[in-house]
Amino acid sequence: MNEETTKNNDMQPTAEPMIEIIDLHKWFGDFHVLRGIDLTMHRKERIVICGPSGSGKSTLIRCINRLEEHQRGQIIVDGIELTNNLKNIEKIRAEVGMVFQHFNLFPHLTIVDNLALGPIWVRKVPKKEAEEAAMHYLEKVHIAEQAHKYPGQLSGGQQQRVAIARSLCMSPKVMLFDEPTSALDPEMIKEVLDVMIELAREGLTMIVVTHEMGFAKSVAHRVLFMDFGQIVEGNTPVEFFENPQHDRTKLFLSQILH
Amino acid sequence: MEAYVQKKSAETLKPPVTSVGVIGWARANLFNGWLNSLLTIVTLYFLWIVVPPLIRWAFIDSVWNTSGAVCRDADGACWSIIATNFRFILFGFFPYDQQWRPLIAILILCALLFYSRNRNHWTKHLLYAWIIGLVVMGLLMRGGLFGLSSVETTQWGGLPLTLLLSVFGLTVAYPLGVILALGRQSKMPTIKWMSIIYIELIRGVPLISLLFMGSFIFPLFLPEGVNFPTILRALVAIIIFTAAYIAEVVRGGLQGMERGQYEAAESIGLNYFLTMRLIILPQALKIVIPPTVQQLISAFKDTSLVVIIALFDLLKTSQTVLSNPEWMGFSREAYIFVAILYFLGCFSMANYSRKLEKELSTEN
Repeated sequence: MNEETTKNNDMQPTAEPMIEIIDLHKWFGDFHVLRGIDLTMHRKERIVICGPSGSGKSTLIRCINRLEEHQRGQIIVDGIELTNNLKNIEKIRAEVGMVFQHFNLFPHLTIVDNLALGPIWVRKVPKKEAEEAAMHYLEKVHIAEQAHKYPGQLSGGQQQRVAIARSLCMSPKVMLFDEPTSALDPEMIKEVLDVMIELAREGLTMIVVTHEMGFAKSVAHRVLFMDFGQIVEGNTPVEFFENPQHDRTKLFLSQILH
Repeated sequence: MEAYVQKKSAETLKPPVTSVGVIGWARANLFNGWLNSLLTIVTLYFLWIVVPPLIRWAFIDSVWNTSGAVCRDADGACWSIIATNFRFILFGFFPYDQQWRPLIAILILCALLFYSRNRNHWTKHLLYAWIIGLVVMGLLMRGGLFGLSSVETTQWGGLPLTLLLSVFGLTVAYPLGVILALGRQSKMPTIKWMSIIYIELIRGVPLISLLFMGSFIFPLFLPEGVNFPTILRALVAIIIFTAAYIAEVVRGGLQGMERGQYEAAESIGLNYFLTMRLIILPQALKIVIPPTVQQLISAFKDTSLVVIIALFDLLKTSQTVLSNPEWMGFSREAYIFVAILYFLGCFSMANYSRKLEKELSTEN
């Protein structure tokens, strides 16, 4: 609680909505993955989504940058509604960063080229400038010395930090993390979480799907619990962990915290 | 279990003598086990039987620059057939006193190909060099300008024809094949089905039938008076045919790509064309370098099929020499010569593909 209050005011969420999700439904074939999600996220807000596997949390954040198509409801990102309009989709994707469970770096490009590619081709930044920015972000994730290697030569933790830097290079208005530490060896989880915590301290707007409850406690404004394609409960971390209301939340927490 | 703590770390030692040096190598690779030893001995015996007579035939007893009659008395190879008919084999019916023109054209082509081997040279200037080179080559071959006498394409033959059909056939077929492969993966049904129909139709017929169609059936559909040179029709047939095969090879590479690569590219806002150009194709095409080169080599050799529509490629000019009574019967020598030329072409392609694979490798 103390940590919350000592934080600078401009680190706090604003009243401006960043993402609005209204009655979102999605099916994979006959399977009803998302069953009416309503969620409003504000600028500078940090949301952690947890829940058992298959609960739809990854699908939800993948819908936000249209890696998955929703069939019913509305998603409005930064004032633009996601529809079939390709131009809008590309515009939104440029503003929404995404970090994947399996990093998905481009193996045929060096680290610095991985980072500079988006700014050069999407934002039309001159090559030299883009590379300088890339180096800046690599320093930020403490990996500048690897800039001219290829992704295959880096460890999992290093690759994930590069992936985070690649997203940052696009100066996204919001970043989505899809289980960023789930594919990592235990000793590498911390280095990635540390980077994410630093970003949180700088006021980055982020939605993180994760099972790292320590991370949720220390940086989230809100923790959401999803099960069977619905948001079952959402609260401040303190309330969420100390005073869960719903039975399914209690059960889930008892299974992962012990 | 007893507790164990290492007291002193192990020193770095040299490997045992038996495992290094020539003897070590021979023991490890030629004579490890009775089967391997037996194979080594059989192979050595086979080489002993074959190589010395071959050398005697090809070099020691051979004749190099004589008439056909002298050749018939010689014990060894009659390389005279090559030496005497060199220019006809290489240039076919190109006017004799003008044959320096195809020669220079070939040299320009080889120089350009050789210079293009190095990927660091792939700049705009190289593109201009190729454009200028192509114009000059065309001018040299066709003539009719700058005081060069005009030579009809029907008189083109031999090596320039083979190179023309293969170099242009392959360089046009490759990008066309890539486009077809992308078309086949397209989400748009019209494009997808058109690509599938094209690929399956073309793969379903032999190249020979395409060449026949191009030279005998296609002209029937043209209005009277309009006529394409046979070479162009053969070239188009080769391009159409090879592209279908390349398309399937490339599709294999595209299907080998992880979904995550598309998603990562899309998530930074790249559109379809940029995703393909910057992320997917560089990786997919790299994966399929070996089968692609396989396809190109096979297409290169298939250009010899154009003899059936009366084009005088390298193989046909050699055969023509053999039908001359003076040189009848020396087909071994003639075909060995042609085989060497084809081998040089195929081998340099294979070699280049290995070099390219190594250069593009991003693993350590």
